[in-house]
Amino acid sequence: MPKLTIDGIAVEVPPNTTILQAAESVGVEIPRFCYHDRLSIAGNCRMCLVDVEKSPKPVASCAMPVGEGMVVHTKSERANKARGGVMEFLLINHPLDCPICDQAGECDLQDQAMAYGFDRGSFHENKRAVRDKYMGPVVETVMTRCIHCTRCVRFATEVAGVPQLGATGRGEDMEITTYLEGALASELSGNVVDLCPVGALTSKPYAFNARPWELRKTESVDVMDAVGTNVRLDARGRQVMRVLPRVNEDVNEEWLADKSRHAIDGLRYQRLDKPYIRKNGKLTAASWDEAFAAIIAKVKGMNGAKIAAIAGDTVDAEAMIALKDLMTALGSSNLDCRQDGAALDASVRASYLFNSTIAGIEQADAILIVGANPRKEAPVLNARIRKRYLRGGLQVAVIGDAQDLTYKLENLGADASILAKIADGSHPFAATLKAAKKPMIIVGMAALTRTDGAAILAAAKSVADNCGVVKDGWNGFNVLHTAAARVGGLDLGFVPGAGGKDVRGILAGATSGEIEVVYLLGADEIDTAKLGKAFVIYQGHHGDRGAHRADVVLPGAAYTEKDGTYVNTEGRVQRGLRAVFAPGDAREDWTIIRALSEKFGKTLPYDNIAQVRARLAYVNPTFAGVDKVMPAEWKAFGVSGAIAAGGFVYPVQNYYMTDPISRASRTMAQCTEEFVLGGSKQVTGTHG
Amino acid sequence: MSTRALAKEQPASFAFNADYTAQLNRIIAKYPAGRQASAVIPALDLAQRQEGWVTKPAVEEIAKILGMAPIRVLEVATFYTMFNLSPVGKTHVQVCTSLSCWLRGSNDVVKACKEKLGIGMGEVSADGKFSLAELECSGACVNAPVLQIGDDYIEDVDYASTSKLLDALKRGESVKAGSVTGRDGSAPAGDVITLGENPTPPQKQDFTAAKAAFEKAKAEAAAKAAAPKA
Repeated sequence: MPKLTIDGIAVEVPPNTTILQAAESVGVEIPRFCYHDRLSIAGNCRMCLVDVEKSPKPVASCAMPVGEGMVVHTKSERANKARGGVMEFLLINHPLDCPICDQAGECDLQDQAMAYGFDRGSFHENKRAVRDKYMGPVVETVMTRCIHCTRCVRFATEVAGVPQLGATGRGEDMEITTYLEGALASELSGNVVDLCPVGALTSKPYAFNARPWELRKTESVDVMDAVGTNVRLDARGRQVMRVLPRVNEDVNEEWLADKSRHAIDGLRYQRLDKPYIRKNGKLTAASWDEAFAAIIAKVKGMNGAKIAAIAGDTVDAEAMIALKDLMTALGSSNLDCRQDGAALDASVRASYLFNSTIAGIEQADAILIVGANPRKEAPVLNARIRKRYLRGGLQVAVIGDAQDLTYKLENLGADASILAKIADGSHPFAATLKAAKKPMIIVGMAALTRTDGAAILAAAKSVADNCGVVKDGWNGFNVLHTAAARVGGLDLGFVPGAGGKDVRGILAGATSGEIEVVYLLGADEIDTAKLGKAFVIYQGHHGDRGAHRADVVLPGAAYTEKDGTYVNTEGRVQRGLRAVFAPGDAREDWTIIRALSEKFGKTLPYDNIAQVRARLAYVNPTFAGVDKVMPAEWKAFGVSGAIAAGGFVYPVQNYYMTDPISRASRTMAQCTEEFVLGGSKQVTGTHG
Repeated sequence: MSTRALAKEQPASFAFNADYTAQLNRIIAKYPAGRQASAVIPALDLAQRQEGWVTKPAVEEIAKILGMAPIRVLEVATFYTMFNLSPVGKTHVQVCTSLSCWLRGSNDVVKACKEKLGIGMGEVSADGKFSLAELECSGACVNAPVLQIGDDYIEDVDYASTSKLLDALKRGESVKAGSVTGRDGSAPAGDVITLGENPTPPQKQDFTAAKAAFEKAKAEAAAKAAAPKA
């Protein structure tokens, strides 16, 4: 391990560390533009020049490996002078438009110009101007501001796996562009905005909306997919202006998917801001008391077997436990949180978790994906698989439709029964899994929502058992969820109790009249036509499918408007904080159920969120361990049976619209038009 | 030089002809498996030789053949000014206007070209026979100013010789590559002013005497060392 001295601090670092990394390890910050921890080293901005003794010239610290006995000065006069020179060159062509630039206030160039910039330049020619490029509905470009750090190019090529960005021309005429100025077709495209150190790439939906210093920052958890991406909600007044990722090495590193980032404008449209009661076939606004009275009049005293509850995809655990307790009090065991009807077994935790953890993907050397499209269902998780793939030595096979997951894969065919062949060892991929040190299976909702989902789960388990997917210190059996609320619901046992009906049973019962009351807690992804003549209570935040069918609408809070606990697909319990208040009369969801229980005369035993969370931890101790993943015990599960031949129906057909928030979002509608319906009019060149 | 981008009007398709396909395959075979992207510059060159310029379908075809993203091929095509991104005339006349050529009078050469061809920089004549372009330093400064016609350098040109040359080209005659002043490659123009006479060959020397003296001294020293100390 080389020893070196940085600004008088002796430091010993592993070989192949760069000077910049070594400096960071001892808290010495070196300015940089092109260098980024998670991207390859380009070394083209020259801002990180440092003075190394016995070196004739200043050295680019981001690209220079440490050497034994190096003496580095990061703040010497020569280093500062070199950086000042670099800064002057960068500012030659950078426009002086900070007052109208969205990046101002959080701009690396602005910040570093404060430290190294000189108040006048020695270049008296004209500044260059670059035509702006179209990069899709979420990335706004002002290319004159670009300083050619190529972070965006490297991100698109390496992390996102869509090599569409590049630098054309050379010298002063170098321009960053997408191929023929098409939209950047990636679910992670919004991240180039975060990476851009200047205002060349900014967020299109957020353009000219707010300044960073006006925003109130709240730490939260994303609910658009089951990854549980850590986010920061930036709000001004009563509106969430933007969503940014927070660094969490175990979950999202520092990436955020486009839907999670840009669907928030959907929180402004189609909102339920007061209770509604259906009168003469029409929903009419009402007060909370009237809405509760309507429910009591219908439900009180009813046989519990005629009541059912379905929890939706983005519901917090607090609301689910409150509803579960209320349903128990009403004598109903018709509960389900699996509104897609997935054959998930709530009794064995290991059977519904992403057991290897997301960070564990980086250790895997063979992955079998069954009925999942991680690129659409969990883009950030897919980026992790690609990261592992780029390191080499990873074999990926897919049972399912041909799909571009941004890494090389072997398609074993769309027929689900292939899984049974791998389980009995007759398929060649079984040998690959057996030979692998850390094999992994990812079972998706497309597989588990089939009518023979339980058999597929059992087959996946026998693959895991027979091919060494589960061994000492490694559990590679993974279920990839699509809903943020799902694992929380399963952990709470929001599933049919003894003799209770599951989602399919509830809908069939509602159609036949056996079920008379259905309580939809943010459940919109069910076939509402099957609710028949049942009395439907919808509690949620958007006037979407569920609310349209409802007889009573109770306005709840979206994830940005409540303190909520969510369990991600790994089983990681995470908490989001409230960034803004819910609109109008809408309330936090567990408080609504608590208030309703009082009207039933079966008051739930909690009055504040701390008590609800104590109840959560009582029901399932994992809820006590926030931000932790508890390894789940590997037990028997699944019902073996025949797997019918045939393919999968993927749950996420249009990535940009999967839940009420994204369906109400304008930005997501534009993305749908651009990427799903195929091309917008803004595409130039020879398109079409 | 200005921003380089693919021409607006593009042909519908591109395919290498049999000869160039064979040539390209030979070039690709030079690189290790998985590194075929290294052949991108020769591939673009072949495409340009076939079509006269680099077309968008050619960029995409090359990307497909070499397993690259089209943007990666476009980056290379836009980087090198030697790749024409829009159609050029049958005879593509390029004048080097970089420092050495400019000092030696490339402005006159440009003037001659513009007058004789009736077109400006970056333009193609109406009959499609000629096009004129600026060339960044052609690396032949010793023969400045330099004109490039096709693959050939025409060197040591001036206003008069350029005019004569272009007239000949217009008549359909071919021109000879190299210096128009009759100078031998990059050898000095005019008479040799240094190293005029033939150098004398090295003299043969006799080292026998010197070697004998050395051996004698060595023997004496050895004898002295071996003698018993007094």
